[in-house]
Amino acid sequence: MANRIERKSRLGEDLLIFWGRCSKILYQYVVVAVFLLGAIGVAVAALAANWLVRPKRPVAGAKGETYECGLETQGPTWVRFKVSYFLYALIFLLFDVETVFLYPWAVKFQVMGWFAFAEMIVFIGILVLGLWYAWKEGALEWK
Amino acid sequence: MEGGASVAIFWLLAALTVGAAVAVVMLPNIVHSALYLVLTFIGVAGIYILLEAEFLAAVQVLIYAGGVAVLLIFGVMLTRRGHIRQSNPFNSYHVAAGVVSLALFILVVLALGRSPWHAFPGPWPEDTVGAVAEAFLGPYVLPFEVAAVLLLVGIVGAILLAREEKGEK
Amino acid sequence: MAGGGNVVATWLNTWGFPPWLNSLLTGIIYLVGVLAFIFLNVIYLIYLERKVSAYMQQRLGPNRVGPRGLLQSVADALKLLGKEDIVPRHVDKWVFLVAPIAIFIPAVLLYAVIPFGRGLIAADLNIGVLYFLAVSSTTTIAILMGGWAANNKYALLGAMRAVAQMVSYEIPLVFSILGVVMLVGSLKTTDIVAAQEDVWFIFWQPVAFLIFFIAANAEVNRGPFDLVEGEQEIIAGPYVEYTAMRYALFFLSEYANLVSVSALAVTLFLGGWQGPWLPSWLWFIIKLYIMILLFMWVRWTFPRIRIDHLLKLNWKFLLPLSLVNILVTGVGIKVYQWLSPGRW
Repeated sequence: MANRIERKSRLGEDLLIFWGRCSKILYQYVVVAVFLLGAIGVAVAALAANWLVRPKRPVAGAKGETYECGLETQGPTWVRFKVSYFLYALIFLLFDVETVFLYPWAVKFQVMGWFAFAEMIVFIGILVLGLWYAWKEGALEWK
Repeated sequence: MEGGASVAIFWLLAALTVGAAVAVVMLPNIVHSALYLVLTFIGVAGIYILLEAEFLAAVQVLIYAGGVAVLLIFGVMLTRRGHIRQSNPFNSYHVAAGVVSLALFILVVLALGRSPWHAFPGPWPEDTVGAVAEAFLGPYVLPFEVAAVLLLVGIVGAILLAREEKGEK
Repeated sequence: MAGGGNVVATWLNTWGFPPWLNSLLTGIIYLVGVLAFIFLNVIYLIYLERKVSAYMQQRLGPNRVGPRGLLQSVADALKLLGKEDIVPRHVDKWVFLVAPIAIFIPAVLLYAVIPFGRGLIAADLNIGVLYFLAVSSTTTIAILMGGWAANNKYALLGAMRAVAQMVSYEIPLVFSILGVVMLVGSLKTTDIVAAQEDVWFIFWQPVAFLIFFIAANAEVNRGPFDLVEGEQEIIAGPYVEYTAMRYALFFLSEYANLVSVSALAVTLFLGGWQGPWLPSWLWFIIKLYIMILLFMWVRWTFPRIRIDHLLKLNWKFLLPLSLVNILVTGVGIKVYQWLSPGRW
């Protein structure tokens, strides 16, 4: 039991040491957090100002209907969409993941040798192969 | 930052992340679930920032909140289904699922409790992005290239699936 | 603490606050500044856009409210403030209500890493450019929220198109920035500006600038890439069911994003706030408005592009071109290093 408590306190202490040491970078993110909260606050305040000033009439009759240029809407909206959207999103995601590798590489590019450059060319080459396949199979066409 | 404030912010972010994750499972509308998943991703990114892993946090937002979430919502849009408000239904395996989840939770907690936790020795690296690059292109070059192959397989698989879809019509 | 050369943080340091209070106050001061910047710019930009488009089409544009119509946008904003807020019966209520707030958050957050002048930056993050890209990528979610929740076919179609377009063009955008990052060796926006003291990167990376400009146009959904809103077919796209202040927030965010992407272009390619004689912030504003006018010129010159052409342009032209640009830049840097080993 004593052993367990000791371990627990050590864990807490380590965390405190850890967080006590992180400082310089985190202070910049305090600014980002202020921006985040400020953005929410201003948006809510703008909506509140609107709520104070605007006329409050009930949404009755045709006013609450779906607006499609005066025609009544036909059938449900949330229907099945075509697969092309999904395919583009998937190819996007794969290249998006590639950026995760490319950005650190670009930052260190100048201090690294030809070998690192070659490694990245192989990496990009494999993905270009994928792009070429998608192209050949007509996956990049909008149908 | 002051230790106490960090710990408080950590609990806040943890509550946000876990709460959103619970909402993902519990909500009956699958689009709502996907949107709460975005909140979960962002909460995790916040925890990364608290750990000063800012590169990882940016990647978390870029890939998961901006990419995977879009993919998920598009995926929801193209599946055939009944009414959207009942698109994330419960099945009848409540008890079994509960037992498995609880067992996993206990296992994770035990593993965490038994791990020796130590603070990182030496000065904290400021340039996390550079460190990641050196790891990729140095000792971990093989997994790095394998990742490219994995992405290639992903592209090919997606295209094959979509082609089958076309044949079906 | 927040940034060595940061004007506001340095000034606050003289008061001897504890560091957390210092960065909190820095954040608040910059937030107020940025919000004022956004609101003033957007109000004026809407007027400017209407005037520019009018002159390009040999019209007069707004000229009744105030001298030369200068108060037109102010009047419009006040009108929107007093408008009825209609929530149609069929919408998915909570998502519908939250979407305008969700789109405003990234629009404001983007300004945190923009260097407005010498030492005028809210948070000089190590991952500056990547932060910008990550935060701006979340805009797609907010548009999907608005378009989906409206339960309106035009809105959903508009949102789906918008997101397909935005995610597609994000790739060339991201890759075009890589060339600049390779030249600088840092993701910090301040480092990127500092590296352009002698030569702007538009001269080293003209192709990247072109790719960036085209992709940025698509990212902010402006003409010729405005089929998201396509007024003649789907009215206002994802925003069709929104009224009053909720609509205003979408509109505001759209213009705020135009300003921030122009600011990023200035930072990456046009030397940021660098320039002789004039104060640094004034140089930044001048370059910013040159970029914005360029965006407006393009919007009112080209007809709207069809969706298959739009995606073809992206995947079959811009993406391969951006990859080639990375390759050429890499070889160029390596050859330069090899020829002049002393400098590196």
